Amino acid sequence: MSLAEETSATSMALKNRNLLLGGALTLVFLGAALISFLWVPYDVTQMDIANKIKGPSAAHWLGTDHYGRDILAMIMVGARTSIAVAVVAVGIGMLVGVPLGLWAAARRGSLLDEVIMRGNDLVFAFPSLVIAVMITAAFGPSATNAIIAIGIFNIPVFARITRSGALTLWSRDFILAARVAGKGAARISFEHILPNVLNLLIVQGTIQFSLGILAEAGLSYVGLGAQPPTPSWGRMLADSQTFISFAPHMALFPGLAILLTVLGLNLMGDGLRDIFDPKLRRGRT
Amino acid sequence: MKSKISAAALAVALAAGPALAQDGLTVGLQLEPPHMDPTSAAAGAIDQVVYANVFEGLTRFGSDGSVNPGLASSWDISEDGLTYTFHLVEGVKFHDGTDFEATDVVFSLDRARGEDSVNAQKALFAGIESVEAVDPATVKVTLSAPDGLFLFKMAWGDAVIVAPESIEDIKTAPVGTGAFTFGNWVQGDSITLQNNADYWGEPAMLDSATFKFISDPTAAFAAMMAGDVDVFVAFPAPENLPQFDADPRYNVLIGNTEGETILAMNNAREPFSNKLVREAVAHAINRQDIIDGAMFGYGTPIGTFFAPHNPDYVDLTGLSDYDPEKAKALLEEAGVALPLKVKMTLPPPSYARRGGEIVAAQLRAVGIEPEIENVEWAQWLENTFRNAHDYDLTIISHTEPMDISSLANPDYYTGYDNPAFAEVIEKVGVESDPEVRSELLGQAQTMLAEDYVAGFLFELPLHTVAKTGVEGLWVNMPTQATDLTAVHWAK
Repeated sequence: MSLAEETSATSMALKNRNLLLGGALTLVFLGAALISFLWVPYDVTQMDIANKIKGPSAAHWLGTDHYGRDILAMIMVGARTSIAVAVVAVGIGMLVGVPLGLWAAARRGSLLDEVIMRGNDLVFAFPSLVIAVMITAAFGPSATNAIIAIGIFNIPVFARITRSGALTLWSRDFILAARVAGKGAARISFEHILPNVLNLLIVQGTIQFSLGILAEAGLSYVGLGAQPPTPSWGRMLADSQTFISFAPHMALFPGLAILLTVLGLNLMGDGLRDIFDPKLRRGRT
Repeated sequence: MKSKISAAALAVALAAGPALAQDGLTVGLQLEPPHMDPTSAAAGAIDQVVYANVFEGLTRFGSDGSVNPGLASSWDISEDGLTYTFHLVEGVKFHDGTDFEATDVVFSLDRARGEDSVNAQKALFAGIESVEAVDPATVKVTLSAPDGLFLFKMAWGDAVIVAPESIEDIKTAPVGTGAFTFGNWVQGDSITLQNNADYWGEPAMLDSATFKFISDPTAAFAAMMAGDVDVFVAFPAPENLPQFDADPRYNVLIGNTEGETILAMNNAREPFSNKLVREAVAHAINRQDIIDGAMFGYGTPIGTFFAPHNPDYVDLTGLSDYDPEKAKALLEEAGVALPLKVKMTLPPPSYARRGGEIVAAQLRAVGIEPEIENVEWAQWLENTFRNAHDYDLTIISHTEPMDISSLANPDYYTGYDNPAFAEVIEKVGVESDPEVRSELLGQAQTMLAEDYVAGFLFELPLHTVAKTGVEGLWVNMPTQATDLTAVHWAK
């Protein structure tokens, strides 16, 4: 990237409303999760039965749940759970999926390529949540198992996108030059291919991150995610169900937290794609 | 012509529609029975459908827990209390048309107490020495020792009378003598019973009754609100009761069950084999918070393994009052390393899941760290209750009447092994003088409370939500049953 291109990317980022709004929403929840390490309004494991199911007030900004726990504090600590699960799950997907995709692209057309990609298709063939339910059912419900489950279904996503990006690169002249210079396939993959598919991975990573948060919420909702007393947005929603007709705040706030975080990440992903995708950029300018 | 017929059909349908709806009843229950044989499984869900409706015993429970004549219209007890002569109701027929006779009683009782019996409550029949048919309408039961509770035992759902002709298919096609015949069973959804036109006694007032199984509390609320079910017995979400109560379309009945809800501690295993640790747990628990938080205020605190509405109940809640400081001191005295990590296994009912979360928070405050594991019923029965007893803590409501005796068994899942307690329970079993019995029962209750066998939480209430106009329902649940024989719609 030349200097001129970089400046234009920065100015585009500032002009891109999707990216700004998405980034802001994401920052709010990231911030909430980080702040929760230092300070929370109330201890989330501390119950206060006498003050249960209270609506928003000065003492409890978002009200209290059916055990009298502060909902704001639970959402802050719950953000930690969601983000931790999503980060590690996307990490697993990238760490395993990207090398697989690079390898398959480097040996394109070979039996190995077939084996890797059909293996990915196999994992893809199962709906992601079904895999997650299978894994947690077999090994017991816990946040760790939820992470592994969500991570596994991220692998084929990253393997595919890496391979397809890498395939077009392998026929480019600068790769040919590297091959002529005597570099091996592995070195070319990591030194030349990987940096050039990174933008694709960042965009996809953002989307997968939001899907990871949704999946964690979904698993916790059915009781297969983080176990009590660890707060989790999905379980807060599940717990609030029978109260919804007279204490809607119990469902509203964790629901909004999930909605806004996922919305933020998706907007951010869209915005990043606008910036990274050269075709789109040319179309705009 | 065609339109005339349909108009006529419509008129008939309009006239018949509401009337038909009034003669049937849809009852919502949380748990579906695994099969239909109450004499071969511990599942209360079976009795919940068939007790008094399909199957009857020699005696039967009334809605107040009293023991009334059933298939035996009267009985004579010998001077020494060893021989019971039951006079059977004559002219009773099973649903398949076969006659009910003394031989059926002999068959049922011998089957229940036999070597290879799979009856879940074999203890009910343990005192029987012999059963013989004197004539088709008379049965003589001889006991090995006098038993003041024998008639009570014969009223249990596990002691109902079955027929040898239909025993083969009892699990799928139960044939009894009750006021309802078994209709059909849509697995995973509902069971329908039909009015038995040939019933020997007062016939049931409903034409048919459908039990619909809805395990999810939210779905139960929705089904009740939408009018899909007319009655929900043991409504699972106490937080929704005020809404039903305020709604003129519904009635809320609040009664007692025989369910002692306890925080069971595995007495046979570290760390709860140490009485000091158990005592610490008992003092760490705040019962009122559990009742308010998990049951929304419904439920009576208990201090021992006995129903508080029973006249022989002794209030021992003072022995395990809420005192976290004392709990901490006791843990120190016991010399256990803090934080003490234990496993808390929770079955599905909301009293257990919610109560468990609250108990866990209370225990954490004194330095015990329970790791919560939510399990399904089958898993709980298998690993915690029946075989392995692989648990540290669990929460469960014991809904059988007078089940204090079950703790006398050292192989019971509680693992409480106290020969002195077993001796008292044995004495209770053979004592027929009510005053001495009461005193012995008091002793037994005190022993359990002083040994801190479990965290005694509260007596499980029974919440029944019914549409206005449904009458004759049991308010209390003295035994696991949904007796529909007297239920009807207000005219």
